[in-house]
Amino acid sequence: MLGNLINQGRIKSPWVVHFDCGSCNGCDIEVLACLTPLYDIERFGILNIGNPKHADVLLVTGTVNQRNKHVLKNIYDQMPTPKAVIAIGACGCSGGVFREAYNVVGGVDKVIPVDVYVPGCPARPEAIIDGVVAALEKVKKLLGMTA
Amino acid sequence: MARTILPFGPQHPVLPEPLHLKLTIEDETVVEALPTLGYVHRGLEKLCEVRDFNQMIQIVERVCGICSCLHALCYCEGVEQIMGVEVPRRAKYLRTIWGELHRVHSHLLWLGLFADAFGFESLFMQFWRVRERIMDIMEATCGNRVVVSVNVIGGVRRDLTPEQCAWIEQEVAIAEKEIRQLTSTILNDYTVKKRCCGKGVLTKDQAYQLGAVGPMLRGSGWAQDARQTGYAAFGELGFEPIVEFDGDCYARSAVRFRETLQSLDLVRLAIARMPAGETATNVGGAGDDDTPQVIGGKRGDIMQAYNRDKSHRVVAAPPPNLDIPAGAIAAKVKGKPQGEAVTRVEQPRGELMYYLKADGSKHMDRVRIRTPTFANIPPLLAMLPGCELADVPVIVLSIDPCISCTER
Amino acid sequence: MLETIPLSLDQVAAVAKECFDDGWRQVTMSAVDCGEAGFEILYHYDKDLVMKHYRLSIPKETVVPSISPVYFCALLIENEIRDQFGICFSDIVLDFGGALYLEAEVRAMPFCKVSVAEKQS
Repeated sequence: MLGNLINQGRIKSPWVVHFDCGSCNGCDIEVLACLTPLYDIERFGILNIGNPKHADVLLVTGTVNQRNKHVLKNIYDQMPTPKAVIAIGACGCSGGVFREAYNVVGGVDKVIPVDVYVPGCPARPEAIIDGVVAALEKVKKLLGMTA
Repeated sequence: MARTILPFGPQHPVLPEPLHLKLTIEDETVVEALPTLGYVHRGLEKLCEVRDFNQMIQIVERVCGICSCLHALCYCEGVEQIMGVEVPRRAKYLRTIWGELHRVHSHLLWLGLFADAFGFESLFMQFWRVRERIMDIMEATCGNRVVVSVNVIGGVRRDLTPEQCAWIEQEVAIAEKEIRQLTSTILNDYTVKKRCCGKGVLTKDQAYQLGAVGPMLRGSGWAQDARQTGYAAFGELGFEPIVEFDGDCYARSAVRFRETLQSLDLVRLAIARMPAGETATNVGGAGDDDTPQVIGGKRGDIMQAYNRDKSHRVVAAPPPNLDIPAGAIAAKVKGKPQGEAVTRVEQPRGELMYYLKADGSKHMDRVRIRTPTFANIPPLLAMLPGCELADVPVIVLSIDPCISCTER
Repeated sequence: MLETIPLSLDQVAAVAKECFDDGWRQVTMSAVDCGEAGFEILYHYDKDLVMKHYRLSIPKETVVPSISPVYFCALLIENEIRDQFGICFSDIVLDFGGALYLEAEVRAMPFCKVSVAEKQS
């Protein structure tokens, strides 16, 4: 009964944590633009927070490189389950224009499992919001809530 | 007294980007700050060996998404200098217009983040609301909100129709009015002054000797701006840099705020004085065929998206025509660059320098990018010791850090 | 064409001091790999929006005197060159030891066209 209530809350108001993982800032500012009055993701109950331990959804922008892959893994491990990971932008999905550079490992999925890919260079705020909504469907399945 | 070492970053709520500072603190006072970089290092200068010199434009635009247009401008000017290409005057003005619009959006973004750094969230929302208007201009004229890929070697690939110019002027006028409404808050509000005045002071001598650039240098009393060198159309626009003298966080935010308004003026001036004519000179491409590339097309879906998303907003008028003029640029092979060049442009964060070396093949030999934040990190390390721990986020943000620029 | 002033190895620190006293701002240094001929390091200075460039040509595996005791801001640049080209600088104010950007996995002087030797310590 209580668990059901908590699960409902998770779906209705997912908290996201954003990690810039070697992005060119293009996608980062679009993630931030989602918070601002024009797009305003808070109207869907989505809240951006700074602490991965409080988060349900991880937004990752940019390519993974040799140094930040440890940080990314660390943040992912700190998040409580059930969790969803969204890779944003061409770089997050596959490495983008940088995939041939020497310090680049590749897309986010080389390090942690990714649930939703949001393409674009940079991804539009609408696409990012759609991505979060798609990720929630996956979380619902994980929780055994079929709605 | 016992010393504590406190990590700041790489994932920190106030920083959108991963920068790690190892702060040694005594009580609440910072005594030493050591940076760790490399979380965004991709090594893209090296990509010049696998991409030809035209394709490198797309790479350098992604050094930093916020000031992409100016990276491409600096790179193109360098290659043009090496190849001895004269850019048509209209193209120079178009580059100026897009470059200054980039500065406006970047400064508004920074002013918002800065307000957020000391907890003034509603001011953050206000600045970002105004910024969306500038993003709309970019999208309507270039087809993308952030990475505006307009510069090519020899000119620009898009033109502005008279209707588009008139529309931009209207939108810019509204944006200016909205920004002016925020003047008293960002410059005179008690909270803002309490958190910024006298924090992170960089004296005039320090700023110069530590190699600070851009608003950091101008906030400390130096009237130096790479736009004074007259690249693009700035030589004909009578540009004067904006200077503040206190060298603290407040002075730097005042410089950026006043520059935002100045850039809007420059956009209008450039539109008013823009001559008619070609938008690009035919120069060599790196390919071996001489079929002209024609870029152009219908933007119907973007127009629809525009109507859908923005129907609830007050706009002067919908953008007149989003179709891109066909045949915007033709590229013909006439040669490959050989030689060296150093070019500088003023990015929103300060002076950006490119050193280019080409050896006559289709790949550049060396592309060296010195970005403004890279130059502003040593002054940051000098400002932090002696400040309170609670002021660290404000001081770090006052350099307008762009880590993806710094590390490339 | 870029006009540069040639510079020899023993002048590096003295020229930097001279520029500093004369009120030049250090813009940056650029390292270039010239293949067999070794490396070139360009020192860029600026004063009142006029730039001057010094060119230092060195064979590979040369230790270059650091200018960071004079220009503190050169420390990041010199550490970056060390990372990317493996050129060692003596007396850097703050030495990251080739780990400014790179993790141990890629410490192979990525900007060099040919890796010639192990890095000196």
